[in-house]
Amino acid sequence: MGLSVNIKKAVNGFKLDAQWEINDELAVLFGYSGAGKSMTLQMIAGLMKPDAGAIHLNGKSVFDSAAAVNLPPQARSFGYVFQDLALFPHMTVRENILYGAHGLSKSERDKRCRDMMERFMIAGLENKYPNEISGGQKQRVALARALIRRPDALLLDEPFSALDAPLRSEMRNFLKEIRREFPIPVVLVTHDLTEAVALADRLIIMANGRVVQAGTPTEVLNSPSSPEVELLINTRDQLLHAISDRRQ
Amino acid sequence: MGDSLLFSLKLSVQVATVATVFVVIVGLSAAYLLSRKNFLGKELLDILLTLPLVLPPTVIGYYLIVLFGRNGLLGQYMYTWTGWSIMFTWYAAVLASFVVALPLMVKTTRAAIESVDENLINASYTLGHSEWWTALKVILPLARKGIIAGTILSFARAMGEFGATLMLAGNLPGKTNTMPLAIYSAAASGDRSEANTMVLLFTLISGLFLYLANKLTKRVI
Repeated sequence: MGLSVNIKKAVNGFKLDAQWEINDELAVLFGYSGAGKSMTLQMIAGLMKPDAGAIHLNGKSVFDSAAAVNLPPQARSFGYVFQDLALFPHMTVRENILYGAHGLSKSERDKRCRDMMERFMIAGLENKYPNEISGGQKQRVALARALIRRPDALLLDEPFSALDAPLRSEMRNFLKEIRREFPIPVVLVTHDLTEAVALADRLIIMANGRVVQAGTPTEVLNSPSSPEVELLINTRDQLLHAISDRRQ
Repeated sequence: MGDSLLFSLKLSVQVATVATVFVVIVGLSAAYLLSRKNFLGKELLDILLTLPLVLPPTVIGYYLIVLFGRNGLLGQYMYTWTGWSIMFTWYAAVLASFVVALPLMVKTTRAAIESVDENLINASYTLGHSEWWTALKVILPLARKGIIAGTILSFARAMGEFGATLMLAGNLPGKTNTMPLAIYSAAASGDRSEANTMVLLFTLISGLFLYLANKLTKRVI
């Protein structure tokens, strides 16, 4: 089972044209901002409509321009964690998580919510509002909310970008841990190379709306397919660039 | 306080309350459509809903007579079928108040709905919730300050309606003379003490409403 993506979209002079396929693995979409990574996630989730192409999840088509299929986001089973997490500020932690348990019986909802809060180490925060908890706790709530109804795939849009370095690495480990319980395709967007390499089963490098290379992190790091990719993954070059920028 | 003053006050509150109920229903729906949907004629609808804010009340009154008068475009059918006309009834005062108060509700709530973070709405959709449920559980609660402010402003505006009401409902003592009309009559006939009482009372009530609007909209989540 897995996720296959083949999308074309032109907006305001920007052209996105990307094809890739993953199994039940964690894929990282890596590239500079403006490469089309977040846009790709939005189109997978059904929040934006591609001009052409097809998106299949576990063999089922959720979008197919040739067959005029375009399921609304509600009918696609993706868990989505937004860059700003998008926790509902007027709902408590418990209400936020339960809001994700749409379509389950009340007893099942309550049971799953308790289980999730326990495993995500946010038990005790039930009646707190999002502005009363820490950044790391918010991440866990957002993940719990996205996963409680056991979606067929998980989409993460730079979920850890607002955290400081130690907390970010803690959240990476946490994500790896919960991957064991949710062996579904995961697509994570980031422009942080360390994060990309630490998490990716499959690294998909994007630039200017295209996929410039895809493979395991080892493959990509050892044999970059073009100078473009080389520059993207070469931290030393990037630091040297930063120094020359300072001089100007 | 005299009986006639009490009647006018009661009538004003009654007219404004009924008008506000309709203003909230129609205004909220219109504001939602204008802020979240794209459709043909959206600009036109926006202008139509804003016009009463800038047109003289007499112009609005005139349009309403053309539409709902006994020989009006719609009014003639209503009269033929039911033998009833809205003209010179308190319903006419409600209609006039509704039209002039509606733009305030639409403007305030539209701004409030547009200020709700798009990601929160998208989050609700990806969690499997319909547009209708999302509007009810996410958009309206987060826009509620604007909705409350719009409702109170609309009520205050409906209470103060004069021009269009005069043209449509007339100034019939004991029937359609809302407080602004009663004040006009008192002033015109030189009854200074009655006018003074009503003007003071009206200013007090309106001030109280504005205070309430400020108070309720300042409260944070």
